[in-house]
Amino acid sequence: MPDSTSAPVLELRGVSKRFGAVQALTGVDLAVHAGEVVALVGDNGAGKSTLVKTIAGVNSPDEGEIVWQGRPVTIRGPHDAQKIGIATVYQDLALADNLDVVGNLFLGSEISGAGILDEISMEGRSRELLDTLSIRIPSVRIPVASLSGGQRQTVAIARSLIGDPKVVMLDEPTAALGVEQTAQVLDLVERLRHRGLGVVLISHNMVDVMAVADTVAVLRLGRNNGFFDARRTNQEEIISAITGATDNAVTRRAARTSEHGSTEAGFDASFDADFGPDDRPPAGP
Amino acid sequence: MSQNPNSSPEEPGGAGERRDSGAPFGTPGSAGGPGAPPAGAAGSESEAARETVETMVPAAGSAADPRLLARESGVSGYWAEFMRRVKGGELGSLPVIVALAVIWIVFWALNSTFLSAQNLSNLSQQIVGTGMIALGIVFVLLLGEIDLSVGSVSGLAAAVFAVSSVNNGVNQWLALLLALATGAGTGLIHGFFFARIGVPAFVVTLAGNLAWNGLMLNVLGTSGTVNLPNDDIVSKLYNTFYGQLAAAYSVAAVAVALYAVVAWLGRARRVKAGVPAQPVGEIIARTVVLAIVAFGVAYVFNQYKGLPLAPLIFLIFIVVGDFILRRTVYGRRVFAVGGSIEAARRAGISVPFIRISVFTISGFMAAVGGLFLAGQIESASQTSGGGNLLMNSIAAAVIGGTSLFGGRGKTWSALLGALVIGSIQSGMNIQGLSNSIQYMITGAVLLAAVVIDSVARRTQKASGRA
Ligand SMILES: Nc1ncnc2c1ncn2[C@@H]1O[C@H](COP(=O)(O)OP(=O)(O)OP(=O)(O)O)[C@@H](O)[C@H]1O
Ligand SMILES: [Mg+2]
Repeated sequence: MPDSTSAPVLELRGVSKRFGAVQALTGVDLAVHAGEVVALVGDNGAGKSTLVKTIAGVNSPDEGEIVWQGRPVTIRGPHDAQKIGIATVYQDLALADNLDVVGNLFLGSEISGAGILDEISMEGRSRELLDTLSIRIPSVRIPVASLSGGQRQTVAIARSLIGDPKVVMLDEPTAALGVEQTAQVLDLVERLRHRGLGVVLISHNMVDVMAVADTVAVLRLGRNNGFFDARRTNQEEIISAITGATDNAVTRRAARTSEHGSTEAGFDASFDADFGPDDRPPAGP
Repeated sequence: MSQNPNSSPEEPGGAGERRDSGAPFGTPGSAGGPGAPPAGAAGSESEAARETVETMVPAAGSAADPRLLARESGVSGYWAEFMRRVKGGELGSLPVIVALAVIWIVFWALNSTFLSAQNLSNLSQQIVGTGMIALGIVFVLLLGEIDLSVGSVSGLAAAVFAVSSVNNGVNQWLALLLALATGAGTGLIHGFFFARIGVPAFVVTLAGNLAWNGLMLNVLGTSGTVNLPNDDIVSKLYNTFYGQLAAAYSVAAVAVALYAVVAWLGRARRVKAGVPAQPVGEIIARTVVLAIVAFGVAYVFNQYKGLPLAPLIFLIFIVVGDFILRRTVYGRRVFAVGGSIEAARRAGISVPFIRISVFTISGFMAAVGGLFLAGQIESASQTSGGGNLLMNSIAAAVIGGTSLFGGRGKTWSALLGALVIGSIQSGMNIQGLSNSIQYMITGAVLLAAVVIDSVARRTQKASGRA
């Protein structure tokens, strides 16, 4: 972003993705800065998960580019994304229930010598990592099957940090969690920001979003429908952007008004709110 | 573990039972370990509430949750830990050891020759063939898959060895390698069709079961039976005894010493690195138990012909297999694939490689087992690898405590399960009972094992989620 004090770590420009007859994403822009929490919101089927999967290399975009630390990159698979420093925690956590916490944290990147596991180093580093994130779990040596939903979520997030990523994407990390466990995860998101990571957080819960996000990016029917500075907006404004209860002028105004003085938060006001008429029925479940 | 300053006053230092208190347990009669608070929703809610308060306080920088799993020192701590595991469905080898004890006591009560040195020594040899095959099955079961071809493959390997070494004069060691490679090759083929083409494992291996049986008949040719000279290596592998008293005892001594040294060094390294280590008392207790078992077995062997080679080789295979599964990157990944294919895939693990390699191991172990079985009857024949060998091998792995559902198991279950099945056969033979009753009892034991596995799995699920 030319008008931003620091360049974003991750930037999407005009990303489109089509699945057969469904145009899931159309010209989507997004910018994530270091130490910034970007909440990605939108109704069911708006394309949030698709966008995250595109960044994570699960889907490749049909059009548009992904810019990583100022350079356009092609992400060919999840492995590429991990290698450049993008970690993803999917909605279904995909932990191996039968392995203990250490086993899950280091799965796929085990510390070893000559093929033999170095359990001591892994256990030590697991403790360190969980301690720095203030994650409380009974023991790093119990199978994750016996952890609570929130604890499993925190383990999944901690796991994404093993490769020292610069951006972490969380797809609905609090969806199935209780009050206390949601608080734990939100705490964790804040700690990630403190460590200077860019965070993309997908959530349907406006209270959570307002609590931790710096920037709120709204997707509607696969297109951008406004960027909001979380400190200068309110829930109603975001909800109307999500539901489409705003006309173009209002959205542009929202973008314009929040442009003043919020550039240091890395928020992108140059967004062009040119979404067309809603001729497409909302798809998806 | 550092003490959390926020812990509530009503929680004493090591409330090791707390974690389980909120979980609905399904195991009858196992609830109520010492100090276990009553299970129920009310308990879990109040705990959740307490933890909410704790998380609102700025985090104390400790990964230790004050409620949990700090094992109390002393015997009561072990008891509490044990009860926690039983309630959580982590039964491990407990049911099979109990079953084995019951079987031995019953047959001993019926006829005391069952526990004679001669019978036990014979038993230790008889279980090797089935046990080796079961060891391969353990790997396959860890993936949550099944290999129905191991019977035929074991017969094929025996035929390949016998025909090449006896009929065609191939060097014995070369013939042995050829037989093992044949077994591994069949597994490789199964693995390929399963992992790369996507054919369900039970179909691939069922097809293999038939095809390899056909190939075996083909290899044996018109003669049908090839007798092995009793000085060839396969016969010797099965029949060799080391008669000197010192042999069995020194093997026992080496095993115990090795265990103690490894445990001690492991502990020292963990202490140095500042991670929790096994208490000294536990190492001593385990070493003593191992010593009693090892020297007890050595004593029994020495009462008869001395140390038999076959079970010694079986033990070495089990220990090596255990090391591979629990201590290597490869083994960790086998468990991961068995626990969650999706998790493994996303972690960058090559699931097809793990699958193909595991089926290759299974084929290889089937060949090893087949060679021991050939050594036992000193021949390879058209019935090699037939009968209920396949079922007994799979049953042994399951009875020994390896889960049919994948992700849980140990190589030791091959030994324990093969012992159970072998003991039933041996005891029935002493009683002069017919095969029909033997089959029914083995079937019932297998069913019991699968029931325990299923219930344990349900219990794990129930106590696994809050
Ligand atoms: N693999 C696919 N094949 C075909 N269509 C797809 C695929 N993945 C997503 N879509 C479609 O793309 C659209 C966006 O889906 P996506 O999962 O991204 O929505 P979402 O914003 O994550 O919704 P939710 O809040 O329910 O998770 C939907 O219409 C969906 O049906
Ligand atoms: Mg989604």
